[in-house]
Amino acid sequence: MKYIVAAMIGFLAGVTLFAAAVAYNPFVGRQGVSPLSITDAPTVTLGFSAVASGSILLTNNGESRVDPYPEKVAWLWEKSIRQTSAMVTVLLDGRNQATGLGIKISSASEETWLFSGRALVDSIWYVYLPGRGAMFIEQTENYWNYLRDIMLPAYRSSANTWTGVWLGNMTSGPGALRTAKVTGGSGEFAGNVMLGLESLSVLAWRVDNGLVAAEGRLIIELPSESAADDE
Amino acid sequence: MAAAVALYTIPAVDQHRENSIISVSPNGGNVESFHINLPMDRVMVGAPGQASPLPRALEWPEDEVLAQVSADIFKIRNARDTVVGVAARTVAKEDESGVVDWIIHLPARGSLFVTMDPNPQEGAYRIGPIRAGTREFEPLTGFVSERWVSDTSGAEDEPAGRIELSATYVGRAEPVE
Repeated sequence: MKYIVAAMIGFLAGVTLFAAAVAYNPFVGRQGVSPLSITDAPTVTLGFSAVASGSILLTNNGESRVDPYPEKVAWLWEKSIRQTSAMVTVLLDGRNQATGLGIKISSASEETWLFSGRALVDSIWYVYLPGRGAMFIEQTENYWNYLRDIMLPAYRSSANTWTGVWLGNMTSGPGALRTAKVTGGSGEFAGNVMLGLESLSVLAWRVDNGLVAAEGRLIIELPSESAADDE
Repeated sequence: MAAAVALYTIPAVDQHRENSIISVSPNGGNVESFHINLPMDRVMVGAPGQASPLPRALEWPEDEVLAQVSADIFKIRNARDTVVGVAARTVAKEDESGVVDWIIHLPARGSLFVTMDPNPQEGAYRIGPIRAGTREFEPLTGFVSERWVSDTSGAEDEPAGRIELSATYVGRAEPVE
């Protein structure tokens, strides 16, 4: 019996040590500056609330840390969609005025591999800007830095809370330079394939309900023809 | 060492897969049918000024810029009536035309973006091209049609009807070397 207990303790200690070594490996998950953060090309920048209660609707399997919003929204509990969440939100322009509607659907990615700092989520956005047109954004997001810089410290905190200022680019693909692929659907965006980036700015996070104060941002690089039209 | 091996080999994410039910179209391409049972597969019905939103507590934004925009979120089923994904349908009225767009997300497979012709075709259905696809659907083009089919069985526990989505996938032509 004592050998089984010793083996269990050894296994758990090994898992803990190994997880700590992976989490704090300085060579894993460090992100550079996205090309869209420093592009000279004209861009569309859209803000949105990253907190559930700041969105129009957010739903998931009902067992996630983030409670679905609003009350009594249907949960995505079926086997095929248990690891999926959907969010509907108002998109804001640079003056914080409503400028469109955004729908984001995300699923945990099977490409996730924590060994190499890949906590991946496959997500799509549908963006509709009245008077301008619609776009579809496909991206892979990497939450590794978010896990390491926000969630782990929150779990270690006696208050189960993380507060601070964290800004990170969530998009890690499919573009080679960690950009999202944006396809124009209608209006001035129709027929264009563009680059995009989603970033997150977090001020507070709690273990029991996730993001408390956070904003998201979408940057879409416009093709040069649209740029000429804008000018 | 055992812990490292266990962490290395056990997949962190394993999405549930349903078998795809695809048939070959006589005129080329592969056809896959999806449907949405209403009202049970509705997750959200959002529109300006609606008397009974879904969910009840939904507060659709009153911003003027969204006054002509409505959106629905659904669970989407395959031909075996099993939920396989989530879809969103957005409708907007523009000055001269309109927008009826779908995004269809199948977690284990990928996603589709479809822009429907806002004008219904003869036979009361809409059709539109697949503008973009991800993962499994990335190399495909094609089109998707939508059609409302009322339930005529009269049974109490049957849905009021269903939205049928028929996707026809066609591989992209590669240039001859």
